[in-house]
Amino acid sequence: MTLLALHGVSCHFSMPGGRALKAVDGVDLAVEAGQTFALVGESGCGKSTLAKLVLGLERLHAGRIVFDGTDVADLDRSGRRRFRARVQAVFQDPYSSLNPRLRVGTILSEPLTARGERGRAVQARTAEVLELVGLPENAARLYPHEFSGGQRQRITIARALVPQPELIVLDEPVSALDVSIRAQILNLLQDLQNELSLSYLLIAHDLALVEHTSDRLGVMYLGEIVESGPSAEVFAEPRHPYTQALLAAVPRPDPGHPRASGHVTGEIATALDPPSGCRFHPRCPHVMEVCRSVSPAVHTRRDTEADGTNLVRCHLAAT
Amino acid sequence: MNAPLLSVRDLKTHLFLRRGVVKAVDGVSFTLDAQETLGLIGESGSGKTMTGLSLLGLPPKPAGRIVGGSIVLEGRELVGLDEDVLAEEIRGRRIAMISQDPMTSLNPVFSVGEQVAAPLRAHDLAQGREAADLAIHELGRVRVPSARERSGDYPHQFSGGMRQRVVAAMAIACQPRVLIADEPTSALDVTIQVQFMDLLEALQAETGAALLFITHDLGVAASLCHRIAVMYAGRIVETANARTLYGSPAHPYTQGLLDSLPRLGRRRGRLTAIGGAPPDALRLPAGCAFHPRCPHATDRCREAAPPETRLDDGHIVRCWLHEDGS
Repeated sequence: MTLLALHGVSCHFSMPGGRALKAVDGVDLAVEAGQTFALVGESGCGKSTLAKLVLGLERLHAGRIVFDGTDVADLDRSGRRRFRARVQAVFQDPYSSLNPRLRVGTILSEPLTARGERGRAVQARTAEVLELVGLPENAARLYPHEFSGGQRQRITIARALVPQPELIVLDEPVSALDVSIRAQILNLLQDLQNELSLSYLLIAHDLALVEHTSDRLGVMYLGEIVESGPSAEVFAEPRHPYTQALLAAVPRPDPGHPRASGHVTGEIATALDPPSGCRFHPRCPHVMEVCRSVSPAVHTRRDTEADGTNLVRCHLAAT
Repeated sequence: MNAPLLSVRDLKTHLFLRRGVVKAVDGVSFTLDAQETLGLIGESGSGKTMTGLSLLGLPPKPAGRIVGGSIVLEGRELVGLDEDVLAEEIRGRRIAMISQDPMTSLNPVFSVGEQVAAPLRAHDLAQGREAADLAIHELGRVRVPSARERSGDYPHQFSGGMRQRVVAAMAIACQPRVLIADEPTSALDVTIQVQFMDLLEALQAETGAALLFITHDLGVAASLCHRIAVMYAGRIVETANARTLYGSPAHPYTQGLLDSLPRLGRRRGRLTAIGGAPPDALRLPAGCAFHPRCPHATDRCREAAPPETRLDDGHIVRCWLHEDGS
C-alpha cells in the first residue's frame, strides 16, 4: 500500500531579477507503508527542499502530495492537524534541533500538550517513548546538554515518535554523529520501523548507508529524479550515468579499491541556471549530441515494470 | 635508514580549562617520510585536530599548551622554539595546513589572488607583481580553470570544491615539506571529493611533500593514505600500513569501527554497533580509555593503560590483548 505519493511536485523560489530557482522540478515518488524510500543526491540537488515540501514547511508550486489516499491540499483544518501528527521529522543535527532551555520531559510532552493533552497520559507516553529509544526514564528530568550526540539523536527520535506517526522524514539522521555511534542509531531506526510499522522517507548522501537501509530509492540531480527503483536493483544495475558516477565515487574502506578518478568531471551546476537538454550532460562521460539540446524522457528501468516507480531519465535508456 | 622528514615523539598537548585539564594529545608518536601520506583517523574529540595544530605550534590560546614531547622536522626540534622563529621559518613555510572548511578559512573581502600571495609576502619570498604572478601560478597548480582571470575574483564567486582548491594553493605557495590536511574533503560532495583527492596526490608527487591527512572517514582515508594511525581519547591506539589496518586490524576499537560501517554490496541486516559513546575528555576512564566499550575488556584494562606493542611490519597497537604477543 502506498502511504505517501508525490505527483509532479515542484517548488520554485523567485530570485532577484525575476528569475526562478527550480529547487524541485516535477518529482514523482511513492513511499510504501512500512518501507524506507531514500532520496540521494549531492548538495543543491533539492532533496532537503523535497523533505520540507512533504512536511508542509515549503509551499508547493505545482503537483500533488497524496498522503494515505488524500491530497494534502484538500485537508481541512482538523485534517491538517491530524496530518501533522502522522508525519514527523528527525533532522541532521541533534545539537541545534533540541531547545537547550527545556528539560527532555518537556521537549517530549510538547507535541501532546500542543494538542491539549494533559496529566498522566502525557507522562506515560513520555516514559514509553524514552524506553522505545533506549534511554532511561530519568532522562526526562535532564537537559539536552547532559547527553552525548548519539543520545541527543535518540531524544529527537523519541520526540518524533510521541504523536504515534506513520511516516518519519529522516534528513541525514546520522551524518552529524560520531562514526562509532552511527550504527547504534541506524539499528535503532530499523528496530523501530519493524516494531511500529513505520515508513521512512530518508534523505541521505551516503550511498552505502542508503543501500543498507532502504527498500526503494530516488537519485536526484538539480531538482529532478534521474533514476528511481527498488534499491537492490538500482544498486546492482545503475542505469543513469549520474547514479553510476555516484556509486563509483563512494569512498570505500578498502585500500585495494581504486579511486574513481576521472569518472565524472566538472561541478554540479546551479539550479538557477540549469544546463540545457539533460541537466547532467556537461559532466556526463557518455554525452551525445542529443543530450545537449533535448531533455530526456522518462523511461522504465526494466521492461517488466511500468508502474511509474522504476524509472530512468536518460537518452541512453531509449535505445 | 634515512631519518624521517618529521618525527613526533610522545607529544602531549593539554588544555587547561577552569573545569579541569583535558589531555587532548597524550603521548602521541609517529613519523612521516617525504611523499608519504599518513592518515590520522579519529572521532570528534579524539585529539586528531589538536595534534595537527600542535605541529604548527598553534594549540588553542590561552588554554592549550604543549606540555611535553618533541617534534623534529628535518633534524630541527620545534617544541620550545620562539614564536617569532616558528612564525617566520616554520608555520606556512615548512609546515602548512589545509583546513576543513573553505567557507571560513578564506577571507571574504580579499580576492583569492591576494590571499594566495599573502603567505609568499609574509615569508618574504616575493613581493608586488612577482607575488601576484606566483599566486596565479599556484592557482594553476591546483587546477583552478582560467587562473589568471579568476585570481581577481572573491571567495563567494567560487564553488565549494574550487574554494577548497584555493585553500590548497595558499598552503602550497611556500613549497612546504609537510602538508597537514584537516578533513579537507568532509564538506565536499562525493564526486568533488574524488577530484580533490586526485589533486592532493598530484601535488604530493610534484612537490615531494609529506601529507598528514586528518579525517573521521575510513573510506576517504583508505583511498588516499599509505599508513594509518587511529586515535582514541588523545592517544594513537593503532598504527599500520593501510592494507594491514583494513585487512587485519588489531585494536578492538579499529575492529569495531570497521565492523560498524554499512558497506556497498551488503544489504539490510543489522549493523554491528560499538556500544556506549566516546568518553568525556574531562573524565577519561582509568586504564585503557576504550575499556568501557570494549568487548574484550579485562581487569587489567580497567587498571592500567596498555603500552605500545610492536607486531610485524611496522604495525603498532596499544592493547593488552597483544601485549604477550598473544
